[in-house]
Amino acid sequence: MKVLVAVKHTIDHNVKPNIHPDTGLVDIAQVKKAINPFDEISLEEAVRLKERGQVNEIVAVAIGGAEAKDSLRHAYALGVDRALLIETDTPLQPLAVAKLLKAIVTREQPGLIFLGKQAVGEDYGQTGQMLAALLGVGVATFASAIQLKDGQVEVTREVDRGTQTLSLQLPAVVTADLRLNEPRFIKLPNLMMAKKKPIETLVASELNVDLAPRFRVVSASEPQQKPGAIQLANVQELVAKLRQVEVLQ
Amino acid sequence: MSVLVLAEKDGNQLKPSTYQAVTAASAWQLPIDLLVYGDNLDAMAAEARQLAGVRRVLLAQAGHFQHPLVEDVLELVLGIANQYTHVLSAHSVFGKSVIPGIAARLDIAPITDVIEIRTPSTYVRPSYAGNILSTIENLEPVQIITVRATAFRACSRDGEAELVTIDAPAVRGTSKWIGEQLTHSERPELNSARVVIAGGRSLGEEFNNLLDPIAERLDAAIGATRACVDAGFAANELQVGQTGTIIAPELYIAVGISGAMQHLAGIKDSKIIVAINHDPDAPIFKHADYGLVADLFTVLPELNTALQQH
Ligand SMILES: Cc1cc2nc3c(=O)[nH]c(=O)nc-3n(C[C@H](O)[C@H](O)[C@H](O)COP(=O)(O)OP(=O)(O)OC[C@H]3O[C@@H](n4cnc5c(N)ncnc54)[C@H](O)[C@@H]3O)c2cc1C
Repeated sequence: MKVLVAVKHTIDHNVKPNIHPDTGLVDIAQVKKAINPFDEISLEEAVRLKERGQVNEIVAVAIGGAEAKDSLRHAYALGVDRALLIETDTPLQPLAVAKLLKAIVTREQPGLIFLGKQAVGEDYGQTGQMLAALLGVGVATFASAIQLKDGQVEVTREVDRGTQTLSLQLPAVVTADLRLNEPRFIKLPNLMMAKKKPIETLVASELNVDLAPRFRVVSASEPQQKPGAIQLANVQELVAKLRQVEVLQ
Repeated sequence: MSVLVLAEKDGNQLKPSTYQAVTAASAWQLPIDLLVYGDNLDAMAAEARQLAGVRRVLLAQAGHFQHPLVEDVLELVLGIANQYTHVLSAHSVFGKSVIPGIAARLDIAPITDVIEIRTPSTYVRPSYAGNILSTIENLEPVQIITVRATAFRACSRDGEAELVTIDAPAVRGTSKWIGEQLTHSERPELNSARVVIAGGRSLGEEFNNLLDPIAERLDAAIGATRACVDAGFAANELQVGQTGTIIAPELYIAVGISGAMQHLAGIKDSKIIVAINHDPDAPIFKHADYGLVADLFTVLPELNTALQQH
């Protein structure tokens, strides 16, 4: 079976974004970027399925500028078999991304499609669910465990107050949560080797998909910060203070 | 023009987030219909019609809604969506899972995790793990959004909506419910508790022994950091933060928590934040209202005793 993993090259999750003084919007053009952590988890899961002999090909697909090749090399170093870049200069919104991925699914016919539950950055958290709906296949979001059996995928998902297990017909879309696995450490030789692997490039605007933006980010601001904690000397003072401000009876 | 709000239930009751979603929907000042689905709605219909501001409650009863699946709720909503200009749900696990699919099938971009609605079609939502608030103008002919429930108050219960029964489409069958492992805690739910006390990984094996008695006294929910959960000291569902539950209680007490960006993303909207940490430079103090620089292993038993004294 073939697995498709969608990979986003996005702001490094350790980097704090800045608002550009001229545009008033977040500008990540110059910031350090990396593979979205949830996509790395998806890749790791696909590689584990392959190591168990349940998958024979893993294809990673990224959508973005040429810099997104870095994340595809990361995918190669983790163990994917093929990498595909859908090139676009302008950042795309989730619906357009889902439509592009649909075009790739139609071409590649994977049995299982992995995405992260969200990409760090805009934190929209929409693409996997949209892709499943456009394909008319089942979706399991927030996956924390996966098992392939009898032509189905059994997914344990994180829900309020615990977990839920679903069984989905293939093909299916699964979005990875943090606890699905812990991605392996990439060895330097693997990274070197990944640099030599081919990356097939398609042009987004040639895939017959409506890429036009549907909404506009008009402004950005930083949430109001607290002035910093008032330090109290001991537990008695703390309790007295909390009673005074009436959060404790 | 009218609004469709997707309800969510917990057993035989509507979740608190449904009340908050109805308040959010009232921003448009349009008639609101509330969609309730389940396998047995007799008990819930009476509750649902009391939500203030709701015009009609649409009841879709079917055996397969005992454990609702995304694919089935998607078809249910698509069956009636053409009657609405606005569709709204809480940004709950189920809401997040179903709304983007509904929108995609209508060829509409949804706006998720909205914390403020500026009518008719501008929204504020957090991004970058809560470090940025973006204002978004949605250009779509149909507005489809999820709202962060804690950003809205619950609607009152003095309404008298009309009850309308609607048909549920046939089962899709692309996925199947196998089981659930839910913890039944005596404590209030994290996302609606008035007080939350949370611990970091430094509590270690003492996590429950130290926090339980205090939580009991304060009628608080218990939370944990990811590091604490990953170390196996607390259950997964206690995780608070960007990738756990996002909370906004009246009082949040962070014990032995460093204050990582991803954790802060889940607690920022708490009214009062108290931090207890033995490191005076812990980042959490920059985001707290009150701090106590002390060893948690001595402070927590003292706190328990101090709370007992009134
Ligand atoms: C993609 C991503 C998503 C994430 N999502 C989340 C999330 O949703 N929620 C979350 O919490 N984290 C999340 N994290 C992890 C986060 O970055 C931090 O690693 C985590 O929050 C740290 O947990 P902690 O405060 O328990 O541990 P630490 O950072 O190790 O802090 C321990 C603190 O305890 C204090 N301490 C130690 N001993 C004592 C003592 N005896 N008395 C008093 N104080 C003491 C220390 O001074 C320190 O400040 C995420 C990370 C990533 C990369």
